[in-house]
Amino acid sequence: MFEDFLNNQNSWLNGRGPEAGIVFSSRIRLARNISGIPFPCRASDLQKKEALCAAKKTFCRVKDVAGSSFVEMDSLDSLDRHILLERHLVGPEHMACGQGKAVIVSKDESISIMVNEEDHFRMQVIVSGFDLGKCWNVINNIDNSFSKEIPFAFSSDLGYLTACPTNVGTGMRASCMMHLPALIFTKRINKILELLTRISFTTRGLFGEGTQALGDFFQISNQASLGQSEEELIDNLMGVVNQVKGQEIDARDALMRKYRHNLEDSVWRALGILRNCRLINSKEALSHLSVLSLGLDLGIINDKDLSCQGRPRQLINSLFIEIQPAHLQKIEAKSLKEKERDSVRADILRERLSKE
Amino acid sequence: MLCDICHKSNATVHLTEIIDDKVVEMHICQKCAQSKAEELSSQPNIVDFLGGLTGLGRIEGNEKTLKCSACGLSYAEFKSKGRLGCEHCYSVFKQQLLPLLKKIHSSCAHYGKTPLGQDKLNSSQEYLKDLQAQLKRAIKLEEYEDAARLRDKIKKIEEV
Repeated sequence: MFEDFLNNQNSWLNGRGPEAGIVFSSRIRLARNISGIPFPCRASDLQKKEALCAAKKTFCRVKDVAGSSFVEMDSLDSLDRHILLERHLVGPEHMACGQGKAVIVSKDESISIMVNEEDHFRMQVIVSGFDLGKCWNVINNIDNSFSKEIPFAFSSDLGYLTACPTNVGTGMRASCMMHLPALIFTKRINKILELLTRISFTTRGLFGEGTQALGDFFQISNQASLGQSEEELIDNLMGVVNQVKGQEIDARDALMRKYRHNLEDSVWRALGILRNCRLINSKEALSHLSVLSLGLDLGIINDKDLSCQGRPRQLINSLFIEIQPAHLQKIEAKSLKEKERDSVRADILRERLSKE
Repeated sequence: MLCDICHKSNATVHLTEIIDDKVVEMHICQKCAQSKAEELSSQPNIVDFLGGLTGLGRIEGNEKTLKCSACGLSYAEFKSKGRLGCEHCYSVFKQQLLPLLKKIHSSCAHYGKTPLGQDKLNSSQEYLKDLQAQLKRAIKLEEYEDAARLRDKIKKIEEV
């Protein structure tokens, strides 16, 4: 499975989804627990195994995930676990060793199901671009198939019961990963983030809870999971994402009108650095890739400038993930110190963005 | 364990922060947690909710002895960790949870989907067979607590 990862099988990075320039990806996850077994934080090892067995037995009969890989976290070394994290297939909580933790990953990486994380099941669907409707169709079907075979903890008044009261009800968190360089550059972002919080939406960085806004990415998601239907929650999020997208487009237009020359300079400089660097840390690389991505959207550079045939967005999107520490070490097949990583990262960027 | 900030009171709040890609764990007391929550208020996340859970409401009267009989989680433990232990906790702590849910979600009622085929499944033969296999395994491993629980579950289903 991990070799496939390095050959880039993941569909949500292909940059082909609707409006993929500003909305990098859309994701919906559902939290579910098996009735009759305590939540993972309170379950004995045997009870966790019970949940694990139920997942293992059921998933191969579920249409959308049949043929997926079933991986027990304890069977992986720390590097492989980090690869899963960097590819957004598991959350940070799933990284720590623990009995009964597993993850089911579909071939194209669009579907993953964490077993025995905070809840017995955390199912997620992630797609390229702005397409929450597609996410919901897929995840709803998977959830229905599972619930035909496994009794979920559910109460008619509070909905799906979860370990953390912030997820109870629908157990759903829908989110969009947005690329907002112009709003950050024009400093309009702070006002928008403040406003989003006030109307109960959560914002996070590229790698989820607690991470900073690396590479000008912001993940916007619903805060409440109770009191509205799944469709209503999705509709509301879509409305908000559309608003933010409109603001980003306005900010980009304004920048192009007033500072076209400076923008062009920044984009070409970014490409110049990435093509010529010998040592680069991930923060700097992400910021240049972000500028490159913006340049692509604004038509400042095209696929010919990037010397890749046809799919410049996929190239940039996959570089965002591949230059992360665990991926570099997997590519090199050995553990690397920080300075060594900076050197390997520079090599990969030069090679992938070279003029040849 | 003493508080990492004031080194005077007992640490009851366990905070994990990610600063510049490094995970920093802190064990702090109620009072320091409150000032820390204010510090973090510009970054709304789970810590805010937990700040609300642990900092604001005090445990009173019979809440001290309140405990879920199914999983053994006490209300005090829930307050300090912010995680419930099992599905039954929701009914045991209902009175205390409802105002909290209202605060988090601005609602206390579910309007979303219902699981398919839940009733049918509880009596399904396959599920029963599965439980019986688990019971055998539990007895073999001398996990008697689990075995007793599985036995009761099987009995209940067979009665239906």
